Amino acid sequence: MFYFIARRSFFAVILLFVVSIFTFWIFSALPADPAALTCGKNCRPEVIEANRIRLGYDKPFIEQYGSYMKGIFVGRTYGEDESGVHCAAPSLGYSYDRHECVSSLVAKTLPVTASIAFGAFVLWMVFGIALGTLAALRRGKWPDHFATVFSVIGISFPSFFLGLLSVLFFVIWTKILPFPNYVGITENPFEWFTALILPWSVLALLSASTYIRLTRNGILEVMNEEFVRLGIAKGLPRKKLIVKYVLRAALTPIATIAGIDLAFLLGGAIVTESVFNLPGLGKLTIAAVVNSDLPILVATTLISALFIVVANAFVDIMYGFLDPRVRTK
Amino acid sequence: MNTPLLSVRDLHVNFGTSEGDVQAVRGVSFDIDRGETLAIVGESGSGKSVTASAIMRLNFGADIRVSGSALFEGKDILSMGEEEVRKMRGSDVAMIFQDPLTALNPFYTVGNQISEAYTIHHPGTSKKELRALALDAIEKVGIPEPVKRIKQYPHEFSGGMRQRIVIAMALINQPKLLIADEPTTALDVTVQAQILELIGVMQEENGTAVILITHDLGVVAEVTERVLVMYAGRLVEKASVIDAFASPTHPYTRGLLNSVKSLDSDRHSRLEPIPGIPPSLIDLPTGCPFHSRCRYAASLNGRCSTEVPELKAVGNSWSACHLPVDLLAAPIKESL
Ligand SMILES: Nc1ncnc2c1ncn2[C@@H]1O[C@H](COP(=O)(O)OP(=O)(O)OP(=O)(O)O)[C@@H](O)[C@H]1O
Ligand SMILES: [Mg+2]
Repeated sequence: MFYFIARRSFFAVILLFVVSIFTFWIFSALPADPAALTCGKNCRPEVIEANRIRLGYDKPFIEQYGSYMKGIFVGRTYGEDESGVHCAAPSLGYSYDRHECVSSLVAKTLPVTASIAFGAFVLWMVFGIALGTLAALRRGKWPDHFATVFSVIGISFPSFFLGLLSVLFFVIWTKILPFPNYVGITENPFEWFTALILPWSVLALLSASTYIRLTRNGILEVMNEEFVRLGIAKGLPRKKLIVKYVLRAALTPIATIAGIDLAFLLGGAIVTESVFNLPGLGKLTIAAVVNSDLPILVATTLISALFIVVANAFVDIMYGFLDPRVRTK
Repeated sequence: MNTPLLSVRDLHVNFGTSEGDVQAVRGVSFDIDRGETLAIVGESGSGKSVTASAIMRLNFGADIRVSGSALFEGKDILSMGEEEVRKMRGSDVAMIFQDPLTALNPFYTVGNQISEAYTIHHPGTSKKELRALALDAIEKVGIPEPVKRIKQYPHEFSGGMRQRIVIAMALINQPKLLIADEPTTALDVTVQAQILELIGVMQEENGTAVILITHDLGVVAEVTERVLVMYAGRLVEKASVIDAFASPTHPYTRGLLNSVKSLDSDRHSRLEPIPGIPPSLIDLPTGCPFHSRCRYAASLNGRCSTEVPELKAVGNSWSACHLPVDLLAAPIKESL
């Protein structure tokens, strides 16, 4: 098992390295001149050149990549004179557009996205699995029909539409909830919660549909397995049969998918953040696209990739713990 | 005369499907005594597994109708409550399935699964005792290094070893009846013999009665005492193994025997597969289900295709055929 974890982690690091080089290369290969983007339309060429040197865009690609990586671990100062800006480790670049270190922008927005992602994740896992299980166990009865209707809604409505609809209903018409205005959980947990409950629900509704289906079909499939029949033939009580035999086998593969889905969400729930006006990574990314703020785009791309690579490795390792067949291979 | 251990009467099993009603079992009746070994044979799809599963109430699906009775020690399994059936499963009646590769739960160690089989029916057994029982059970079925092996997972065992584990599990509560549905079909030949021998030994030790479902007539001849021959959901012949092999009465049984090579037949005798295929269980023919494949049907002036033959005594056997008794009882080579 130790060997398995070590090997998997090693591959994750290699993969991250490759992905980061690739990301860096794509952005450097863009026709846009990053130095020219650092100041407005009527910029004087001298300023552009000065900024190019200050941000290191004059150096060859590999050197740029090297100093970026170094910056992540030890921090980085842009420019040499007294006007130079220092971004502490982990430095992810400097946004001229916002006159701020990208790392501090990320530090502000990531907690928002993480709040959205984890809350939605918990909701959809609980609902998806509970409803999927119920639907499978009461196949053809009303819980099954309810789950089907629920899934169809979740699958057929786009998130912005559901989001706007929920704001319209809960915030504008019934005024049950205040307009979402994000504050940190440490500042005011209650306000944090009321701001997030709608985005959580919308995201959860969308993903839960998938998980209802996965759970239901997984359970029905496992129920036809010979070992479940043998479990019944042994005289196992139904409850034990469901938990120890059916759910264990049906949910293990779902755990894998869930890990990856969570990682995707952590990279920024772009639509949801925009609809609910939540200052998360997704909104930061969108704004950076609009303003051609390359340093931010490089950073958010790398962060998303990091989450996905780490989640993949984590899920594989977890699978090893959950499924003995993987462990001893 | 003492009552049989299990007495099945007029068992019917129907599956409602989108194509229509599958009449998988149609009026099967038989007895099995304590300690006895009974074989059920018949072509694929003849209803052997469905019959066996019905005894443990293990047929599942959306639209299943089971009728008739299965008296186990005088109590009808088919009309028992769910909880009563559950308590019977694995303790009084145990089952072994065909494919040992998929029969064990891949997520738990074999030790866990063996002791689970015991503790379900003996709640409150201490961990230590369970471990000892599991070790003992696994050793009895001939798995070396039990201390190491009980900590392993099913995928770490070969098919034959897994079937041994399933047997250990099935016998840990010393059931009165063991239903083995093709327990060796998925295994290679040398392992097959070992598993059958193991079942025999365990059976003798515990006085367990065994219903053995198989395609292999050689196995029937070797290990069982009586045999039921099924065709299209019905019993066509019921006989002691000696009678069934030496003087099979039903044309279908004769066909089955001719379609396999027996060890002592002379080398030049040809195998004769039964022509044709079994009828659809959704759209059954009238009369004898075997009539379209039977070469004697023509001699009975259409009776075979109109009238369903009931089981009737033919010497020591029972046979469901319209042919006159003296013809059915005649030695194979001479008449028929
Ligand atoms: N759940 C079910 N739904 C519909 N039809 C079924 C179901 N289970 C069994 N059958 C049908 O019942 C018939 C008898 O099946 P059964 O499994 O008893 O055959 P068998 O004699 O055991 O054959 P084999 O030797 O191949 O195991 C088959 O035609 C099968 O398709
Ligand atoms: Mg079968």
